[in-house]
Amino acid sequence: MPLSDDQLIRKSLEYRRTTLEIIKHAGAGHTGGSLSCIDILNVLYNRVLRVSPETRKDPHRDRYIQSKGHSVEALFTILADRGYYDRKELDSLCGYNSHFVGHPTRKVPGVEFNTGALGHGLAIGVGCALAAKKDKSDFRTYVLMGDGELAEGSVWEAAMAGAHYDLDNLWAIVDHNTLQITGRTRDVCSNEPLDEKFAAFGWEVVVIDGHSIPALTKALMERTEGAPRAIIANTTKGKGVSFMEDVGKWHHGVPSDEEYAKALAEIDSILASK
Amino acid sequence: MSAPAPSMYSSEAVAIAKKIGLTMGKANLEIYADTLLALAKADRNVIAVTSDSRGSGKLGPFGQALPEQIVEVGIAEQNLVGISAGLASCGKTVFATSPGCFLSARSLEQIKNDVAYSDIPVNLVAISAGVSYGALGTTHHSLHDLAALRAINNIQILVPADNFEAREAVKAAAASNKPAYLRFGKAPLYDLPRKNDSFAIGKARVIREGSDMAFIATGETVIHALLAAENMAGSNIGATVISVPTVRPLDAETILAAARSCRVVITVEEHLVHGGLGEAVASTLLQAAVHPKFRIVGIPDEYTATGSQADIFRHYGISMEGLSEVAAKLLR
Repeated sequence: MPLSDDQLIRKSLEYRRTTLEIIKHAGAGHTGGSLSCIDILNVLYNRVLRVSPETRKDPHRDRYIQSKGHSVEALFTILADRGYYDRKELDSLCGYNSHFVGHPTRKVPGVEFNTGALGHGLAIGVGCALAAKKDKSDFRTYVLMGDGELAEGSVWEAAMAGAHYDLDNLWAIVDHNTLQITGRTRDVCSNEPLDEKFAAFGWEVVVIDGHSIPALTKALMERTEGAPRAIIANTTKGKGVSFMEDVGKWHHGVPSDEEYAKALAEIDSILASK
Repeated sequence: MSAPAPSMYSSEAVAIAKKIGLTMGKANLEIYADTLLALAKADRNVIAVTSDSRGSGKLGPFGQALPEQIVEVGIAEQNLVGISAGLASCGKTVFATSPGCFLSARSLEQIKNDVAYSDIPVNLVAISAGVSYGALGTTHHSLHDLAALRAINNIQILVPADNFEAREAVKAAAASNKPAYLRFGKAPLYDLPRKNDSFAIGKARVIREGSDMAFIATGETVIHALLAAENMAGSNIGATVISVPTVRPLDAETILAAARSCRVVITVEEHLVHGGLGEAVASTLLQAAVHPKFRIVGIPDEYTATGSQADIFRHYGISMEGLSEVAAKLLR
């Protein structure tokens, strides 16, 4: 039974809560970026991707590559909810001998690639999309990148190849929260305008509200014959917790006990009103 | 007008090669291209990925015969390895082909993360490796690659010495389903003598046996060690020659057996003397408490001499004459 928009909105709230829980428990994590991309991952995993724990080795499954690997807590949270492993396993996040390390690894069921060094995912995605074309398979490949990550030159090598090979089975999603570890991306070393850059590289570009379930659904499901699609998803770093929203220090900030209680209370009160 | 390219072998070395019946084969790079084409014709999942390197990789005929099985990414080595990892993760048997100098440096992080750490079985093919590009200079030399890759977990390192080893290495890498780095030069090579046809990843090959000393060599330097061993036989010195086509995994057993039975060990490689075969062998010997007189012959830690591959080899004593001289000194 497909989930409604309202049900997905509720899921996002629950995912934000779990993400905060596991980061607080581990005493480490990338809070801001995980919160900014949760709606994107929610729509991907609950509405778009044809993947499941049972078919995770099916050659025709859709591929999701999280190039912005540091937002791994969002991914681990959602994979647990989708049944790849038990939520309790996330209590070992960043712990000794845990395979739930601070960036995605294939030791975790459901993770496709070991990412975390920025600028790697799009080339891998191009390779997957090319393989699908060669095998005449209809699986689709989605790559999530951060906007700060787009400073990596390798992203643009891959962007060229994606357009050159007319990969209309490839989606690049930019979590455009405008903040990176040092500050505003436009102040660190501006890479704007992102939409025009991707368009100039031969991609079909859509710019959307990256927290809108309907907008994400449309952007992620639609495709254009003959061209890869770039989705510039305008998001807010730290989304969903008032004092974290659009504040750079939450890039990898871990809330204090007081902040943690306040953050959960905010989410819980919205959940209670739903 | 430029001078004719100097020979890799002195007339005395050529005479010895003739005396022991060696014949000149092709460049390993050509063997790579021929073998890959044969593999790809038999299996449509075999894919060559190139970075504007199909000419230098001798893959022109491959591209013409199997256009659907070659992926061109342009001059973009990071992209080359990343795309190769994506293809391989979807079940393709991928040979990412690029000059060794760029492949092992520009795309090292993709090799480390997308291939080795992710455990995706890409075959990384370093063409014109070592100082094959000779006079093009240090930008085009790969004298760091073995050291760099030995320091990264989960990648096989294959450095064939002749056409037989090259052909077998390509086939073995394709069948291994593990990350691999293969290193080929572009100069024609003598075919080494073969006692039998066995080749296996992780196995060194004993090319010649003697009881006074052992040359442990890899890649295009093995022939020079063999010629030196034959040269010294005239002075009643018995030299073992071991070819090490897999620098990782290293065949410690064969190396230790050779070292235990003689008093001098000389390693030879077309690589900086740091971090390559020599130091791998030294570590193996020391940790097994085997202490022969020991010397690493390779490219020293200095601004590399200029000239052709032959010039550079001769300059650093990677020649029949140079190796005979080093051996004689240590045996004294």
